[in-house]
Amino acid sequence: MQSLIEKIRQGSFSDFPGGVYPQQFKELSNQTPISRIPLPEKLYIPVKQHIGVEGQIKVAVGDRVNKGQPLTQSMNPFAVPVHASTSGEITAIREHVSAHPSGLPETTIELTPDGEEHWVELTPMLDYRQHPKSEVLEAICRAGISGLGGAGFPTHIKVTPKKDIEFLIINGVECEPYISADDRLMREHSWQIRQGIDILCHLLNPKYVLIAIEDNKPEAIHAMQVACQENSDYIICSVPTKYPAGGEKQLIQVLTNREVPHNGLPVDVGVVMQNVATCYAVADAIFTGKPLIHRVVTLTGKALRNPGNVWALLGTPIAHLLAQADVDKQQQQKLIMGGPMMGFELVSDQIPVVKITNCLLAPGVKEMPDMGPEQPCIRCSACADACPAELLPQQLFWHAQAKELEKAKDYNLFDCIECGACAYVCPSKIPLVHYYRVAKAEIRTQEEEKQKADKARERFEARKLRLEQEKAEREARHKRASEARKAAMQEDDGGSQARIAATLARAKAKQEDNGAPSDNSDKVAAAIARAKARKAQASSSGNEVQPDANAGQDDKAAKVAAAVARAKAKKQSTQKTTTPEQPDAPEQDDKAAKVAAAVARAKAKKQSAQKTTTPEQPDAPEQDDKAAKVAAAVARAKAKKQSAQKTTTPEQPESPEQDDKAARVAAAVARAKAKKASRAQQQAHEESEQEVQPIAADSEKKRKVAEAIARAKAKKAMKDKNSS
Amino acid sequence: MSVLVALLAIGALALIFGLILGYAAVRFKVKSDPLVDQIDAILPQTQCGQCGYPGCRPYAQAIAEGDEINKCPPGGETTIRHLADLMGVEAKPLDSAHGEEDIKKVAYIREDECIGCTKCIQACPVDAIVGASKQMHTVIVDECTGCDLCVDPCPVDCIDMVPLRPTVSSWRWQLESIAVKNVE
Repeated sequence: MQSLIEKIRQGSFSDFPGGVYPQQFKELSNQTPISRIPLPEKLYIPVKQHIGVEGQIKVAVGDRVNKGQPLTQSMNPFAVPVHASTSGEITAIREHVSAHPSGLPETTIELTPDGEEHWVELTPMLDYRQHPKSEVLEAICRAGISGLGGAGFPTHIKVTPKKDIEFLIINGVECEPYISADDRLMREHSWQIRQGIDILCHLLNPKYVLIAIEDNKPEAIHAMQVACQENSDYIICSVPTKYPAGGEKQLIQVLTNREVPHNGLPVDVGVVMQNVATCYAVADAIFTGKPLIHRVVTLTGKALRNPGNVWALLGTPIAHLLAQADVDKQQQQKLIMGGPMMGFELVSDQIPVVKITNCLLAPGVKEMPDMGPEQPCIRCSACADACPAELLPQQLFWHAQAKELEKAKDYNLFDCIECGACAYVCPSKIPLVHYYRVAKAEIRTQEEEKQKADKARERFEARKLRLEQEKAEREARHKRASEARKAAMQEDDGGSQARIAATLARAKAKQEDNGAPSDNSDKVAAAIARAKARKAQASSSGNEVQPDANAGQDDKAAKVAAAVARAKAKKQSTQKTTTPEQPDAPEQDDKAAKVAAAVARAKAKKQSAQKTTTPEQPDAPEQDDKAAKVAAAVARAKAKKQSAQKTTTPEQPESPEQDDKAARVAAAVARAKAKKASRAQQQAHEESEQEVQPIAADSEKKRKVAEAIARAKAKKAMKDKNSS
Repeated sequence: MSVLVALLAIGALALIFGLILGYAAVRFKVKSDPLVDQIDAILPQTQCGQCGYPGCRPYAQAIAEGDEINKCPPGGETTIRHLADLMGVEAKPLDSAHGEEDIKKVAYIREDECIGCTKCIQACPVDAIVGASKQMHTVIVDECTGCDLCVDPCPVDCIDMVPLRPTVSSWRWQLESIAVKNVE
């Protein structure tokens, strides 16, 4: 181990495989100090500028914000906030073209600066060594710092490793052509970078700190050496210029000769790497309390008349920066964010500067001509020689082109760092990295779809299960209900039917009661009528007394029957007085028929009960309706009297409370008997017997029919009698 | 004598192996055809029924029993290729009788036209529609598989199939690569 650190101190480094030596073009932009530029008219601050998740926006349109005020907030550990880059007013929160190769719109906070640069209250932490590490980490997180080298990984997560750290590597290599932002930063702000390194050391406790700078930046190396000379553990490493030496894994290999394992992280080999710009931002956050609201951006390319590095506020639209660099619109044919090897072309000049924007390249027409058409791969393997990750680019290309993504994955597609070295050396001008990016995106999409499919399957199966359960439950319920129904039916054996019939009978009785002017007298009359009917039967046909007695027991049924009889009697009395011949005419409407039937019955009753015909009585008051009523009252009164005179019906008091069915049966029997009584003289017993039974058993309709029949018979009987 | 020993030895061995096999048959019993599960894992689980089977699993069952592998339009070419790999058959182009491969879509309910009849909810195979009787319904976009099954039952035709909007994470690189040319 000692030998390794000695080797590093001596400046003898390992090498990584492959690599290319593109022309640097750094002198275009690194000659002048980092300049400050005027405020743009509008700032577009995307809420997500790093790898991880975005926070919730906590400002609203119209809010006035101070410089450095956080605009988002989140409890998620992978979220870092974004801040107002200057003081001003929030004029919109909407979708804005994003700093992404697609240019797809993303949620962006639009800030109109007021030019006052009024800072929010800052809370520096000068004595950070006295604070617990967690507080320092929180301050770093609050300041919204994510890796400024290009990937944008939240810094506070990177500096809380689970393992012991041997080397903290500060990456000032900046190997990509054109870019000089870190170079200028190291030259001008080496002290603050060192302060940032101090803070990171406090957090990480590494054995050594290696500050790696490519040997094409002697001024930066010198500046950092001066800044770090007090601390012997800070070793400035001047690494050979080779692209992509600034890649994390490559730099680790160069400095320590250790390889980050496949699917592993640098921390697995005891290394944490931070960019110099990140160190600067950390120092800013701890010593001044200022959040990350600006960064150095290299404006370069031959289309710019005034290239150089500027402090750009996050959210500054590219157009504003290009205007500051005095862009030559004639020369400018495309616009690249990042370097020429790994950057991406921008779709709009309204794209804002974000935390990972280190360079804006506006190449001239001749500087970066179009590649021309892609040629077939000639299997020269120049790409394999150039690949710093020791992959086989031509195989990856082959499989990516054929969409054999599984095979591309087998060739470790995901170890590709997309450095572009292979495309750079390709004699057939094949945009290899492009293919890899497409293939990677496709694999990710497929994996996502797979996950979605798994979720869909889960949901589908859960639904199926649920539906089956519901069906089973429903069936069980139905079964239970039907069983309960059956059981109930067996139990009371038509009890419900009896109830229904009773209800009907009750209703009818009520109706008739309502129709009758005097309730009590009616009842009495009915009782009398019933009693008479019974008596008549008893007298006329002795053999039928037994059923009569049984049936007559029931009070209710008797009442019903009586009520019917009574009502009929009433009507009869009215009608008889007026139209005594009517009953003889069988062809009449229903009412008339009923009336006739009632008359017949009443007559039959009278006949059978009294034997002494009193034809004068009903006939006597030959009068109008009123008179008829009077007559009816008289008839009732007579009937009463009669009943009073006669022996009161012995069956009635006997009648105990019986069940509804019995009542119904009794009612039917009573009716039937009334009919029978009228038929007593006719001697049509067999027939009536047959008809009575169905009446008792059946519904009201049938009963009505039966009644009608009975009535008709009664009529006939009467006719017979009349004729006789 | 030696014959007897041989017979005994062979018999004993047969008995031992028979016991082992018998035990293994019980112990390592495969409940369902693992091939069906494998096929089912490849299918896109839209449960759309375009293959003519009432869901992805029945189709997986059918493939395992020898049905064609090119009847799944939502899965498209990728699924066919995977199925071909798994089944050891030649990949075929998608059978157009069952539909064409389409871009990914999700259902969208025009909510002010929805009458709250719950017909679409009953049709959705993955319970991706929320709503209640006489209440507005809406689609959970993340759960929607784009199977189309809710469109037909809607009595007021208020369901549209809209293409998924690409996001930064779902977007695919279609750029010309940027290369440095040394021009002197």
